[in-house]
Amino acid sequence: MTTIGEQIDSTPAVTSLRRKDLLGIADMSPEEIALILDTAEAMKEVGSRPIKKVPALRGKTVVNLFFEPSTRTRTSFEIAEKRLSADTLSVAIGTSSVVKGETLADTALNLEAMSPDMIVLRHSSSGACHLLSRICRSAIVNAGDGTNEHPTQALLDALTIRERKGRLRGLKVAIVGDLLHSRVLRSNIHLLTKMGADVWVCGPPTLVPAEMSRFGVRVTSFVDEAVADADVVMLLRIQLERMEGAYFPSLREYFQVFGMTEARLRLAKPDVMIMHPGPMNRGVEIASEVADGPYSVILDQVANGVAVRMAVLYLLAGGAEHEEAA
Amino acid sequence: MKKLLKGGRVVDPANGLDGAFDILIDGDRIAKVGRDLPVGGATVIEVPAGLVVCPGLIDMHVHLREPGQEHKETVATGVASAVAGGFTAVACMPNTSPVNDSATVTSLILAKAAAANLARVYPIGAVSKGQKGELLADIGELKAAGCVAITDDGHPTATALLLRRALEYAGMFGIPVVEHCEDPTLKGDGVAHEGYHASRLGLRGIPGACESLGVERGVLLAELTGSHFHVAHMSARGSMRAVRKAKEAGVRVTCEVAPHHFTLTDEALGTPVPYDTNTKMNPPLRETADRDAMIQGIADGTVDVIATDHAPHHYDEKKVEFDRAPFGIVGLETAVALTFDRLVHAGHIPLRRMIELLSVNPARVLNLPGGSLSEGAAADITVLAPDLPVHIEAAKLRSRSKNTPFDGWQLRGGVAATLVGGRIVYANPAAPWPVVAE
Repeated sequence: MTTIGEQIDSTPAVTSLRRKDLLGIADMSPEEIALILDTAEAMKEVGSRPIKKVPALRGKTVVNLFFEPSTRTRTSFEIAEKRLSADTLSVAIGTSSVVKGETLADTALNLEAMSPDMIVLRHSSSGACHLLSRICRSAIVNAGDGTNEHPTQALLDALTIRERKGRLRGLKVAIVGDLLHSRVLRSNIHLLTKMGADVWVCGPPTLVPAEMSRFGVRVTSFVDEAVADADVVMLLRIQLERMEGAYFPSLREYFQVFGMTEARLRLAKPDVMIMHPGPMNRGVEIASEVADGPYSVILDQVANGVAVRMAVLYLLAGGAEHEEAA
Repeated sequence: MKKLLKGGRVVDPANGLDGAFDILIDGDRIAKVGRDLPVGGATVIEVPAGLVVCPGLIDMHVHLREPGQEHKETVATGVASAVAGGFTAVACMPNTSPVNDSATVTSLILAKAAAANLARVYPIGAVSKGQKGELLADIGELKAAGCVAITDDGHPTATALLLRRALEYAGMFGIPVVEHCEDPTLKGDGVAHEGYHASRLGLRGIPGACESLGVERGVLLAELTGSHFHVAHMSARGSMRAVRKAKEAGVRVTCEVAPHHFTLTDEALGTPVPYDTNTKMNPPLRETADRDAMIQGIADGTVDVIATDHAPHHYDEKKVEFDRAPFGIVGLETAVALTFDRLVHAGHIPLRRMIELLSVNPARVLNLPGGSLSEGAAADITVLAPDLPVHIEAAKLRSRSKNTPFDGWQLRGGVAATLVGGRIVYANPAAPWPVVAE
């Protein structure tokens, strides 16, 4: 017998994303999320072929516009684009005209004048993708905007969990770390609650956003409570400069109170998964033994990132309908 | 040159009048208010039924941006916007470039206002030289040049000591200190009200306590000095509580609330347009309990004044990422419609109270000559159209800037005409008003 959630997990009711942009998980339906995850599973197979390329985006131009340094996400998008045969171009801050004082809107409109099909945007301001979405014809893909969302990260996390656990519904997922400054947190909360997971979030009260309980999650500052019987423990990066804002006294104390150690992990389910969106601070939010231990799926997450981004780009370009038309 | 406004409903709270009266204007003065006044050679203006004749509205908190930021607004465009919004007078904030901390700048503003010859302009001077929060500005000189209050608006007065000194010193001249209440350390780099919506959108928060701390500080110093402290653009329920308690204790404190703070909540950050920079102002749009506390304070008399905090910004400045956009919206041309629709027609306050908030009380707070239709007073008169359907169109605003979150709103209640010194300086073509502007 299957629950409704498992049906949604396995049999999507929609076959294409009827939207111009991927701005975030907040406004996506469970069916759309399931469609992306299912498509990503198919895309994963491409990565295991000797010739890792399909013609799905042939003739399409994708611009990766990165206003923040990013190794993982940008590389992942670039590989995804190349595997789909798109023509790609990456613009990074420092080499762009932004240093000359150009506004984001003008930068985007100038790029747009060269008729790209998609713009993948990473920006330090929350809502930057929404701004571009309003003024650009190109599809906008959010690769992380400020502390708002990082939708493809949440999708690759979900894919990773689903691969291991076979489902999302009913799983206890504990997210521990700097909740306030995390776009990964917001996308994951939206996604996991929509898909029926039991989400717990945990961090020092100084790093918990206001009204967090209204997001349909359980909030605690007691890490043992968050980790108890968890199926998944996801750790969020603690940035070193947060000490200056008096969010917590020291990295040493943070590790003592919140750090994920093997001892703490014993409170979780025996088959718990350990996740981290990277980059990790070993000995701060996560002990090295845990990061390198048998429960860690951190490198699987990275591998799944390419498949999820291929799925998103493919579906935004029209998916199977586009291929039939072409 | 005489005019006789005949047959309108006259509401003049300062003189306890509410009924059908005629108003005889002789030159720039009100000559007589009474029933069935003889025409005696005056030009008769029949006031259509349903309109309300009241003392000219006064907006005691506007940014005219001149000198220095004329791409946002000038004194001339600002007063054109004011009279279109029903305001016969405005008080303008000193955070211009250069700052209005001297008779030179004050005189420049007054000269520009005289040349524009629409709404009256009352400059408010700086508390500190250059608004740097260090040395007191030449407050006596500012007063002599025409300033009616002092403030470091845009920011709070830098220290409790400086605010104390400003209150003591300005008290000597009988002018209030208007304070932008805020604890800068608690504000940090916040851009929106700290609450559910900012959390959801990933916007850095500014808690209500940030403002209320500034209100509490000012109230305590007003009590210490015995001087008049005025809280600008109040938005948080903790601030309202502080002012209410202070008034009960007899402290000389007054306060104002802006229309956007009794109309909108922080929900507007995400809908209908997510991250709309026209929902970014300081203090920020707050949560429902705060908005309701503003309405409650307006209804129960805690709030003295409705003032717009009219803050024009060029569209280039607003068409950026939310956290990079400047704070503020224009307000002169939407205040009357919002007050009618959200407060009067919604049943929170009667029309008389609306006129107290927009005319009588700002005149009292700043010791201005307006606020009544007394015989012998300047003929600054606003004619309101309480049931006029108003469609707000940002592109049609007379202000040089169009940064309003109310574009496309449909409201009930507007302005029919504005008279300054007996001259019809604005006539709303959409209202049933019989004569054009002079």
